[in-house]
Amino acid sequence: MQEALRFQSAGAEPVDRADIVVQARQLRRGSEGAARGLSLTIRGLRKSFGDNEVLRSIDLHIPSGQFVAIVGRSGCGKSTLLRLVAGLDAPTAGSIAFGEEPRAQDVRVMFQEPRLLPWARVLSNVEVGLGRERSSADAQARAERALVEVGLGDKRAEWPSVLSGGQKQRVALARALVSQPRVLAFDEPLGALDALTRISMQQLLERVWRDQGFTAILVTHDVAEAVALADRVLVIEDGRIAQDVTIDLPRPRRRGSAELAALEGEILKHLLEGSEDTL
Amino acid sequence: MSLIDSLPRVGAPKLPKVDGLIPWIVPLAIVLIWQLACVTGYVPSRVLPAPTDVALAGWKLLLSGELIRNIWVSFWRASIGFVIGGGIGFAFGLANGLSQLSAKLTDTTLQMVRNIPHLALIPLVILWFGIDESAKLFLVALGVFFPIYLNTLHGIRTVDPQLIEMGRIYGMTDGELFRRVIFPGALPSIFVGLRFALGIMWLTLIVAETIAASSGLGYMAMQAREFMLIDVVVLSILIYALLGKLADSASRALERLTLSWHPAFQKK
Repeated sequence: MQEALRFQSAGAEPVDRADIVVQARQLRRGSEGAARGLSLTIRGLRKSFGDNEVLRSIDLHIPSGQFVAIVGRSGCGKSTLLRLVAGLDAPTAGSIAFGEEPRAQDVRVMFQEPRLLPWARVLSNVEVGLGRERSSADAQARAERALVEVGLGDKRAEWPSVLSGGQKQRVALARALVSQPRVLAFDEPLGALDALTRISMQQLLERVWRDQGFTAILVTHDVAEAVALADRVLVIEDGRIAQDVTIDLPRPRRRGSAELAALEGEILKHLLEGSEDTL
Repeated sequence: MSLIDSLPRVGAPKLPKVDGLIPWIVPLAIVLIWQLACVTGYVPSRVLPAPTDVALAGWKLLLSGELIRNIWVSFWRASIGFVIGGGIGFAFGLANGLSQLSAKLTDTTLQMVRNIPHLALIPLVILWFGIDESAKLFLVALGVFFPIYLNTLHGIRTVDPQLIEMGRIYGMTDGELFRRVIFPGALPSIFVGLRFALGIMWLTLIVAETIAASSGLGYMAMQAREFMLIDVVVLSILIYALLGKLADSASRALERLTLSWHPAFQKK
C-alpha cells in the first residue's frame, strides 16, 4: 500500500518535476511530508447569518501538514468555520489564505454523511474525487489505488447501497484522497459510526494523513477523538477560539493512555465550565 | 419433472417458473368463471358473450385484417401523441426544475391549465380539428403532458442537495452535475410520471376514438355497438386491457434496466 501511494503521488501533480522528487523522497523517508500540505492563515474571520453572529473574529495560523482538531459544543460555529475554509460559504468579513495563494482549489471535504452517488458503482464514486482530472487516462487506476488504500479494493463494482455505514465512509475517504488534496477538512466524518468502526476509521485517518502529509482539519464533538488524532486541539466557544492546546505526544498514540485521558479531561472541564456560564 | 421430484423438499419448494405464473392466476380464473357462467346460461349472451365467442369474433376480424389495422392505427396515435406530449412535458419539467426564472414564468400557467380535465376539451377540439388525426393526437399529448411534467419537475427539485453540494466541491461543471447527479436522481420520479402517463394515454385515446374517429379500436367498438355485435365490443375492451398491460410492462423493463442501482430493484 505504501508502494502504491508513493507511485500515486509521483504521478498525480505534473507541476514541477523537482518538487515531485522532493515529495516522493519525503514520503519514502516516512516524514510527515510537510511539503505536500498547504499552510493556512485566517485573519479577522467573521460570519453572521442575519443578526446571528456565528463566528466573531477568528485569527488562526495552521502550519502545513498539521493535524488540527476543532471541538466545541453544538452550535458554537465549528462547522461554519470548516465550511468557510472549504469555500462552501463566503465569510462576512476577514480572509483565509492558503500557502502563497489567496484561494486554493485543492481543499477536499469529508462530511458526516458519505454523500455517495447511489447510482454510481463504488469505483465511479471514487473517480468523482478526481475533479477536472476525471477524464485523464489513468483516472481509473488512481481510483482503484485509493480504494485499495482504504481497504475496499474488492468492493469496486458494488453499488453503495450494499455497503455498511463504515464502508460507505471509507469510500468517501477514498474519494477525498484520490486527488491528493493538500488540505483535507473533515466535518464530523465518524459521528454516525459505531464505537469499534470509529476507532478503526480513526486509525485509518491517521495512517493516510501520515502517508500523504496533507493539512488536516477535523471538526468533531468527541474530545477523545480530537486528542487521539490531532497535533493541536482548538476549542471554539461563542464564535471565538477559547483554547489552543498542543498535543505533543508520540504517535501512534495508545488509546486510553493516562496522558490522553488527562488532556481530554482538561479540555472537557473547560467546555463544561463554559456551558455552566450560559445555562 | 423427475429431476424436481427427486430434489429433497425443505420447507416450501421454490420454483421460479411457477413464480412467474402467479400474477396470471386471477385473470385466468375470471375467464374460466365467465365461460362457466355463459355456458350454463347464468349470464345471457345478449349481456355478455362467452370468452370463446369473443375469441371467435377476434379470429374472424384477424382474418379480415380489420383487427390488425385498427390496433395499428390506435397504437400509432397513442405513440405519436405520447412522444409529443411527453417530450414537451419533459422539456418543461427540466427547464422549470433547473431554472428559477423559467419556473416563475410558466409554472403558474401550467398549473391552471392542469386543472382543466383535458377530456372536457373534446367539443372544442372537434370544432378546431374536426374528427381528424390531429384532434386525437392533441388530446393524447395534452393528457400525457401533465404527469410527465409534474414528476420530472418533482424529481429534479427533490434531488438530495447534499449530493449537489458534493458535486460542486469536486469541481463538476453544470453539464456534469446534471448528467451525473441531477438526472439520475430525478429518474425514479420521472418513471412514476411515465407510468401514469401511459395509463392516461390509453384512456384519452379510447374516449377520443369512441366520440370522434373513423378508424381505430374505439371506432371499432362503437361500430360494433351500432350493429349489436357485443362480442366485438367485449373484444375491444379486452384488447385495451392487454395494450395497457403491455405498455406498463415495457416501462417496468426500462425501469429495471436504468434503476439497477436502486435497492428496490436489486435481486435479493
